[in-house]
Amino acid sequence: MANLPHSAAPRTMFDKVWDRHVIVARDEGPSLIYIDRDIIHEGSFHAFADMKRRGYSVRRPRQMFGTPDHYVPTTGREIGDAATAEIARMIRQFDENMDWGGIRSFRLRDPRQGIVHVVGPEQGITLPGLTIVCSDSHTSTHGALGAIAFGIGQSENMHVMATQTLWQARPKTMRISVSGTLARGVHAKDVILAIIGKIGAGGAGGHAIEYAGPAVRAMSIEQRLTICNMSIEAAARCGMVAPDDTTFQYLHGRPFAPSGEEWDRAVAQWRALPTDDGARFDTEVALEGHAIAPMVTWGTSPEDTAPITGHVPDPAGAPDAGRRESTAKALNYMGLTPGTPLADVAIDRVFIGSCTNSRLEDLRAAAEVLRGRKAVVPAMVVPGSTSVKRAAEAEGLDRVFREAGFEWRESGCSMCAAMNGDFVKPQERCASTSNRNFIGRQGPNARTHLMSPAMAAAAAVTGRLTDVRRLLN
Amino acid sequence: MTPFVKMTALAAPIPGRNLDTDQIIPARFLKFDRSGGYGQFLFHDLRFTPEGQERPEFILNREPYRHAKVLVTEENFGCGSSREGAVYALCDHGVRGVIGPSFGDIFYNNALKNGLVPVRLPEDIVASLRETLMATPGAEVEIDLEARIVRLPDGSSHELEIDPFWRECIMKGLDEIELTWSYMEDIRRFEDAYLKDIPWINR
Ligand code: SF4
Repeated sequence: MANLPHSAAPRTMFDKVWDRHVIVARDEGPSLIYIDRDIIHEGSFHAFADMKRRGYSVRRPRQMFGTPDHYVPTTGREIGDAATAEIARMIRQFDENMDWGGIRSFRLRDPRQGIVHVVGPEQGITLPGLTIVCSDSHTSTHGALGAIAFGIGQSENMHVMATQTLWQARPKTMRISVSGTLARGVHAKDVILAIIGKIGAGGAGGHAIEYAGPAVRAMSIEQRLTICNMSIEAAARCGMVAPDDTTFQYLHGRPFAPSGEEWDRAVAQWRALPTDDGARFDTEVALEGHAIAPMVTWGTSPEDTAPITGHVPDPAGAPDAGRRESTAKALNYMGLTPGTPLADVAIDRVFIGSCTNSRLEDLRAAAEVLRGRKAVVPAMVVPGSTSVKRAAEAEGLDRVFREAGFEWRESGCSMCAAMNGDFVKPQERCASTSNRNFIGRQGPNARTHLMSPAMAAAAAVTGRLTDVRRLLN
Repeated sequence: MTPFVKMTALAAPIPGRNLDTDQIIPARFLKFDRSGGYGQFLFHDLRFTPEGQERPEFILNREPYRHAKVLVTEENFGCGSSREGAVYALCDHGVRGVIGPSFGDIFYNNALKNGLVPVRLPEDIVASLRETLMATPGAEVEIDLEARIVRLPDGSSHELEIDPFWRECIMKGLDEIELTWSYMEDIRRFEDAYLKDIPWINR
């Protein structure tokens, strides 16, 4: 059963990668699929505890990688910099588990350390055609290089570490095509927020998404990573973009990518991955790229989006009673009045970071807005990895941020999930480049508005939600 | 995992569309070892004030709902973070079944692995069930995994749609890894051929 016959029917990219990994297909229910890579962070400790309790060992440590991110301090690189003793214990426990499993890891002081979803692509660990898991929902990020990548829980994580496989039901497929080109000041984050606003937080439930169309093809890998990152916010199992020359150029020479003769073999395989002409998707969605404006969220779900030129919605205008209630509840939590122009909403703080928007291009886009300007509210930048931080410093971006009054921190998840001691205070309103505006996500009673790095920089210098296009010359 | 065959139990409606796992268990509790139990963290910030007092308006703080073993939720319950802590919190609090129109994908999988039965029913049926439960405190719901049926307080029965593979695991209290071991030979055979094609992933 290992080699399923290749049917002549046109297949989607998802189908090709999936079929290649099926070890056991049962008549009904989940298939046993091979998992190429599992990436580990501090939160994976439950899976290790379970492994030890059951007497299992890590079956293929060479296919695993670890890096601490959720709990790491951003003020320094010593375990002693951790905000509390308990947080320090999480980082130490991570190191112990990596030693126990014989797993290669990029620890706190390693120049390769960073957020799991930034480090994977950056190191060439993430490659086209692979199946990649991590006990983190934003694992969908890695699909930007043409991999099937999805978040798993700790039970599944243990299963992967012990067997290098997983029982998975095959999801349905959805293609989201973005036509045309994006306007100036409009970034990948705006595109994905517009998509989630259109299809809803449950809109891609049970589906694997393929992002396609000219606007996506024209994107850099870093932009594609931003798009795929938030697939989970539309409830998708995973998000993918077909590998192309942009992908190959990005990967060439990365530390864990194939090299020499193997590189040529790999590229030949990868070229066969894109969806065949005529392949059918279970669901198709289309958006016009040029019609997308810079977006912000106003509520407590990533589907609560509006163009910055819009207004805080009125619950009375919601399509049904359920939505009326959820909108009213969200506005109450957010402390917003229906009908207020979004560009009038004053903010208290800015966070630029997270696996959605903390890569070099993100920092460049924010710095472009900040050059020669000053933040009027507290603001900080947390690079997605130590490599990103160093690359940004090499081109002087840290100076731009510092001169604008931003704090320039060490890399990690930081204020995205508020697990390391960096958090937004109760009732404070934060312009954030992260991916979740959930109740309490950035700290108890914190209010989050999601947006692109350029928009967050614009908010920092005006102290309110701001159309970045006004600040670009 | 405790086997689950069937159960008749008190149910509580939990309001909120897209109720994410950050709300089921806030991130700050994820540091803790499971051995101390996760039940106390369930819906923590919805259940308790910052001072640690119960919020009387939250349904699981009210009689008889605080004893509920089945929760009836709105769409996309358990979306967001993959934290299995959300399922630990439900299980350790004594919840054995969750009925809703749809669930976050990872949450759904995590539930199956812990013997928490997730039941998807059509939206209108779930909505009216939530109303019934509010109007008749103490009403019970039957989840019968063996017969693949859910019986509601109004006497109606509905098919419990669940993958036969997971149904068997939950009914026997079996961990799927036991089954996977029996396929180890297939896995090795697959791997030998596969890694010849893609040797670079194993360096
Ligand atoms: S940056 Fe935020 S979303 Fe990304 S892995 Fe870290 S906590 Fe999760």
